[in-house]
Amino acid sequence: MVAGLDGDAAAYKALLARLSRNLRAYFKGQLVRIGRGPVEAEDLMQEVLMAIHTRRHTYDPAQLFTPWVHGIARYKMLDYLRRTKTSFKDLPIEDAEAVVAQDDVEGIESGHDLDGLLEQVSPKMRQAIQYVKLDGLSVSEAAARSGMSESAVKVSVHRGLKALAVLVSKRQRS
Amino acid sequence: MKTDRLIDALSTNLEPVGRGGMGRWLALALVAGGALTFCMMLATVGPRLGGDNNSHMGFLASKLLFALSVVITGAVFLIRSVHPGQDGRRPILLLSILLLAAGLLGVTALPSGQLADWSRIVFDAQWMTCLCCIPLFTVIPFAALILALRKGAPTNLRRTGAIAGLVAGAVGAAVYAFHCPQDSLLFIAVWYGVAIALCASVGALLGPRLLRW
Repeated sequence: MVAGLDGDAAAYKALLARLSRNLRAYFKGQLVRIGRGPVEAEDLMQEVLMAIHTRRHTYDPAQLFTPWVHGIARYKMLDYLRRTKTSFKDLPIEDAEAVVAQDDVEGIESGHDLDGLLEQVSPKMRQAIQYVKLDGLSVSEAAARSGMSESAVKVSVHRGLKALAVLVSKRQRS
Repeated sequence: MKTDRLIDALSTNLEPVGRGGMGRWLALALVAGGALTFCMMLATVGPRLGGDNNSHMGFLASKLLFALSVVITGAVFLIRSVHPGQDGRRPILLLSILLLAAGLLGVTALPSGQLADWSRIVFDAQWMTCLCCIPLFTVIPFAALILALRKGAPTNLRRTGAIAGLVAGAVGAAVYAFHCPQDSLLFIAVWYGVAIALCASVGALLGPRLLRW
């Protein structure tokens, strides 16, 4: 994580990959007790990954890493339970997906639709995220292609990711 | 969305981030909020005029000392509360002790033999002004604190909101102290305490709405 804070993308990616497995197991264990399936666990895990990313400046390297992750994961789970309570009360039984999703392999699709979410942020942010985060262009390439300054691209990516995290945390299951 | 895709997106072109920024944001919020409110006080009720004797300055100093100690203890808690995994309760304990001590001091400082006078002192003509001004002077620091806190990751919104209200209330009280014409520890302990507690309760109510992320 410390390397990730300094901008080491490879170390950060490895960390997120490991955390995603831990968090998936954690949320599955927690959610199964209240009758929710692996898709919800995947939703929640992705939401926490985004939260970890957009709030990574609140991690203090002098402190332990696990309590920090746990604090975020717990907060997001309580928040998730609070906002989905009513819609889940209406369901007589949990999703049919729960039956078919017995194999515990990675790669379940969450209910989040990235393209749909991207539609909801401003065009500038959408373009910046598309170029820099999804297409993997460097900031200067993205700046040249979109006609924005480099710092404007950075700001747009930063704000766009925050906006996406907010959208994900507000999303109600229909 | 596949998780792998999300992880790829998040780690592509990763920007390095600074550390220890939250303390700076909170300090900025407190200083800016306090300064703005001080100007607001100068523009509205104005500072206390005349009678600049030593006992008045002594009372002003004791009011400020009380308010600032609440601000500092509360700010330490706020910094911890926006860092997940660090939120402890010790600062809250310290705060309660502080408030209790101020209350006790107010009671014991009643001039000896005048215990019967307590209602005259507490319900002095000024108590309404005090109770209105302090919450009013709290609005700007509270808004500034909420803005700063939203940059962090508070995980207990109600508690964080309450302490934000408390700290902002103490800033409001510190500013009001420059106007306050009352020089009685009992009066200060009761009405400053009530006003600050009021701000803390409002903060607890608003916290879950304003701080959610």
